[in-house]
Amino acid sequence: MTRYGMIIDITKCTGCYNCFLTCRDEFAGNDNGNYAAAQPMSGMNWMKLIEKERGQYPKVKVSYTPVTCMHCENAGCIKAAQGGAVYRRPDGIVIIDPVKAKGQKQIVNACPYRVIEWNEEKQVAQKCILCAHLLDKGEKVPRCVESCPTGALIFGNLDDPKSEIAKLMASGTTEALHPEFGLKEKVRYISLAKKFIAGTVIYGDIDEVAGNVKVSLSGDGQTRLAKTNGFGDFEFEGLADNADYTVMIEASGYKAKSVKAKTLKDTYLGEIVLKK
Amino acid sequence: MPEQEFIQCTVGGPVKVTVKDGKITRMRPIIFDDKADAPSWVINAHGRKFTPPRKTTLQTYEVPERTRVYAENRIKYPLRRKNFDPNGERHPELRGKDEYVRISWDEALDTVAGEIKRIRKTYGPAAITAMTSSHHNWGFLHYKLGPLGRFFNILGYTTLFDNPDSWEGWHWGAIHTWGFWWRLGHCEQSELLQDALKNTEQVIFWAVDPNSTSYMYSGQDNLIWRIWMKELGIKFVVIDPYCNCTAGTMGDKWIAPRPGTDAALAEAIGYVWIKEGTYDKFFVENRTYGFEEWKKHILGETDGTPRTPEWAARICDIPAHDIQALAREWAAKKTMLAVGSIFGATGACREAYATEWARLCVLLMAMQGFGKPGVNFWGGTAGAAPIDYRFKMPGYSENGWDAFGIVAKKSYFPFDNPVTQKAYRLLLPEIVMNPPVSWIGEGFCGNSVDQQFQNFTCPEPGPNGAPIKMIHRHGGSFISTMTETNRWVKMYQHPNLEFVVMQDCHWQSETNFGDIILPASTNFEHTDLSEWGSAGGYGCNDFNNNHRVIIYQQQCIEPLWESKPDYEIYTLLADRLGFKDKFTEGNSFEDWNKKVFEFSDLPKYVKYEDFKKKGYFVVPSMPPDDKPLVSFRWFYEGRPCDLNSEPKNPNIGTDRAHLLGTPSGKVEFISQTLTKFDANDKERPPMPRYIPSWEGYNTTKLTKKYPLQLISPHPRFSYHTHNDNKSHWLDDIPQHRVVKDGYAWWPVRIHPADAAKRDIHDGDIVKVHNDRGAVLCSAHVTERTRPGTVHSYEAGAKYDPLEPGKAGSIDKGGCINLLTPSRMVSKNAPGEANNSCLVEICKWEA
Repeated sequence: MTRYGMIIDITKCTGCYNCFLTCRDEFAGNDNGNYAAAQPMSGMNWMKLIEKERGQYPKVKVSYTPVTCMHCENAGCIKAAQGGAVYRRPDGIVIIDPVKAKGQKQIVNACPYRVIEWNEEKQVAQKCILCAHLLDKGEKVPRCVESCPTGALIFGNLDDPKSEIAKLMASGTTEALHPEFGLKEKVRYISLAKKFIAGTVIYGDIDEVAGNVKVSLSGDGQTRLAKTNGFGDFEFEGLADNADYTVMIEASGYKAKSVKAKTLKDTYLGEIVLKK
Repeated sequence: MPEQEFIQCTVGGPVKVTVKDGKITRMRPIIFDDKADAPSWVINAHGRKFTPPRKTTLQTYEVPERTRVYAENRIKYPLRRKNFDPNGERHPELRGKDEYVRISWDEALDTVAGEIKRIRKTYGPAAITAMTSSHHNWGFLHYKLGPLGRFFNILGYTTLFDNPDSWEGWHWGAIHTWGFWWRLGHCEQSELLQDALKNTEQVIFWAVDPNSTSYMYSGQDNLIWRIWMKELGIKFVVIDPYCNCTAGTMGDKWIAPRPGTDAALAEAIGYVWIKEGTYDKFFVENRTYGFEEWKKHILGETDGTPRTPEWAARICDIPAHDIQALAREWAAKKTMLAVGSIFGATGACREAYATEWARLCVLLMAMQGFGKPGVNFWGGTAGAAPIDYRFKMPGYSENGWDAFGIVAKKSYFPFDNPVTQKAYRLLLPEIVMNPPVSWIGEGFCGNSVDQQFQNFTCPEPGPNGAPIKMIHRHGGSFISTMTETNRWVKMYQHPNLEFVVMQDCHWQSETNFGDIILPASTNFEHTDLSEWGSAGGYGCNDFNNNHRVIIYQQQCIEPLWESKPDYEIYTLLADRLGFKDKFTEGNSFEDWNKKVFEFSDLPKYVKYEDFKKKGYFVVPSMPPDDKPLVSFRWFYEGRPCDLNSEPKNPNIGTDRAHLLGTPSGKVEFISQTLTKFDANDKERPPMPRYIPSWEGYNTTKLTKKYPLQLISPHPRFSYHTHNDNKSHWLDDIPQHRVVKDGYAWWPVRIHPADAAKRDIHDGDIVKVHNDRGAVLCSAHVTERTRPGTVHSYEAGAKYDPLEPGKAGSIDKGGCINLLTPSRMVSKNAPGEANNSCLVEICKWEA
């Protein structure tokens, strides 16, 4: 059997927008018969890119999250559609039938990921079809995967234990974008941006950065350890949302210092000055 | 009709084009065939095998290329400006606001040929000048130096020198420190990827942003190299007032000095190394000249001001302990400095006294002994992969201003242009409006360092000089890319300018200043034979892609509307002017293609018809090699230069082959060429140093009125002006343009503290202004820019004045270069200084 899926590795996404634009190149103005009606020449995005700015000057990171149809096993759109207008193929790809779905606007709002769009001109709901029309002709990957310069989009057969995607799925490092929806998504992620707490440690008496200093973070039921780098910087990534943390800094010869932070947002604690 | 597939090449990568019913429907990268196409290279490092994807990659702005081909603003027919009468009133003052009438090709060409004859007869051939764009179509013969260069060199015209607009400081500065005038100030780049993957611990990206701009023409092929470096744990430090796209997703440390103060930061780093003894004393002693005197300067022994981190901290507005930490980390780790190549340009090299920072970068790397394993000039872009440099295939700059000349019976460059008068692009408005104008330095000084010191005056004194009366403009927009460009508006409307031709594919920012408009077709509408990503000539084999791919650019569709290929337009004009045979030598374009094929190394591998049918050829890469020919390794080790990438290095084959191209053959802390030219030049002294900008945080009289420093680097989502405002899908990228009330606005980025003072909120339309102009933008309130500095990309390709045809009108298109200063880098360094620019920003509530 072949069952398709995709993994999106956020560590390899630099926000180039090739996937976003390539998807449109494939579908805008191009009718694909039973697979999908032509997308309008502008305005629709079946592959979205969410840009997120994280932190505060001068500690800032930018993360990008490509978001497309998750081809869920528990797809709400299939349930919402009438007359079998949305269906799952044996390979797992969820398709909106461009004829049967005409006029069925309720399909758009059935998706909690908000990745189904309404084609006003054709009066039909539309979304990513994982380029099923190309796969059926023998092509190996969807257009977005083909155009990604870094391999951040990993596509393949989940049922082939030798495939890269099956190995990654088995590794336990992937996660759904919104596991709380409980939809059994076939598109999963590696290293989704969570929250960070970072800071810079300074020796106050000599006004120099404090490298190789022990920093510990406790909160959300765990304790993590880190050391400052040559710039005196430390960073704890992948923290829980909206949780209370305490950062403790210890350097021999200096008074230990603790700072509290709440992860309502990514937080740069600024310069933390150690005193003798 | 069934779908057809064609192979073509864009400025940002090769494409497989699908055509249905005569219309382009898709463009995709080329996926290599594992059997038919040559295998890819492999690098072994840290127990891993690194090999590139078996495909070409596309630069983002080329993905929607089909919408650019069919853009609404394609020039569809030949046009004449309504109130322009070549035999009567010309009304130059109406340029920019006049209407146009559709005319026949015959009328258009007769008018252009007639005006050329009249102006030549009345003023002499020097009264005509012509300008290309930077790269609006891809091709070799059809590239910017092809048909235009050949046509005008046969005709005779005033050559308009380009300024090295993307790397000014390196050209006007670093040449005097390390030679490399044959590379226009950039250094050699060879097989650095293997060296980096095996040996490097840290890359410092100083005022460069490879994730935005440093692919040049090579799609996004080298992005994977930087991903690999990150996977190996190589640290990325980014020095830039803006947390640029490389810093945002890949940076381990962002350091943000005030714009214009980078040279002070560099001097302070040198100070720490001297004080702590953390520099390569062997290299300094044996490979450099003048260090001891520079050392005295840095320690303050000559002027009483030691260049300490505390001294620099006050100038750069970054903590002294951060500067000290940067210096220590740099000295402690095997570090690549990501500047100095053409792919590490823009930023701090485009500002007042940019020469100083560029030269100091070379000196700092000399102190770290560049050329030893893992220590070099390299930004994870050019000159890196083990591809075969020896395979012969010409690039567009191979033969100067006559690409055809490389395969023609007769080349008309460099000596056939009968006109000796020269003009300079940055000064063209003054040359037209207020002649005569004098300057020092040829634009691209690629033949000798002495070109930098040559005096020019336009009009040229004597009987052969003439005032500029006609401009033939071919592709692109300088209103969006030069400086203080309301000057260009005034120039186009000046009565001195009797005739303006605009030949282009699209309506650009200045197209509607033309008297006659000629519609050109895109490279999808004719053939060519080119190499992906290769400039040839000055490019010196700086390939920054993973594979060398030679393309037969197959014609996908017929020329759209009434457009014609540029070659055909110039052929028709040459016919009317009586030199068609000289221009074409009787060749069809296909004949030219075949000549290029035969000139190259392709016949050793493939038959012409097979190549033409398939459309591309992948040049075999180098076999795995444990001893790559790495840039500067020869220099570090004191051997003759052994690189395959240096055909233009004049020392090779002489007894100076182990030396650099400076008079001493060494890295010069005190430049001998500058000492000889003008030892008392306070703006580019023989020994480089921080010089406070003529427009910056320190010019306090001006900062009272305009307190914000504006930086305007090259954009990420358009190659110069060539994609913006044509491929409208790009407007849906929020960092490119922001659509509000149905209009796509150009973003300006401002720190929350500066925004709050002005009651500006994210998404507000704001006026960015100074005494030179005013531009409306969409405010992006962001932590990514340092307080006091605002950021907006240059080259927004839409000049949309609220009052058309009025110089100084508020522009709503996002033409940031209306605001940048026309003052040049320094009195003897005629480069553009876009990043020395003060502005104020307020809400636009009209």
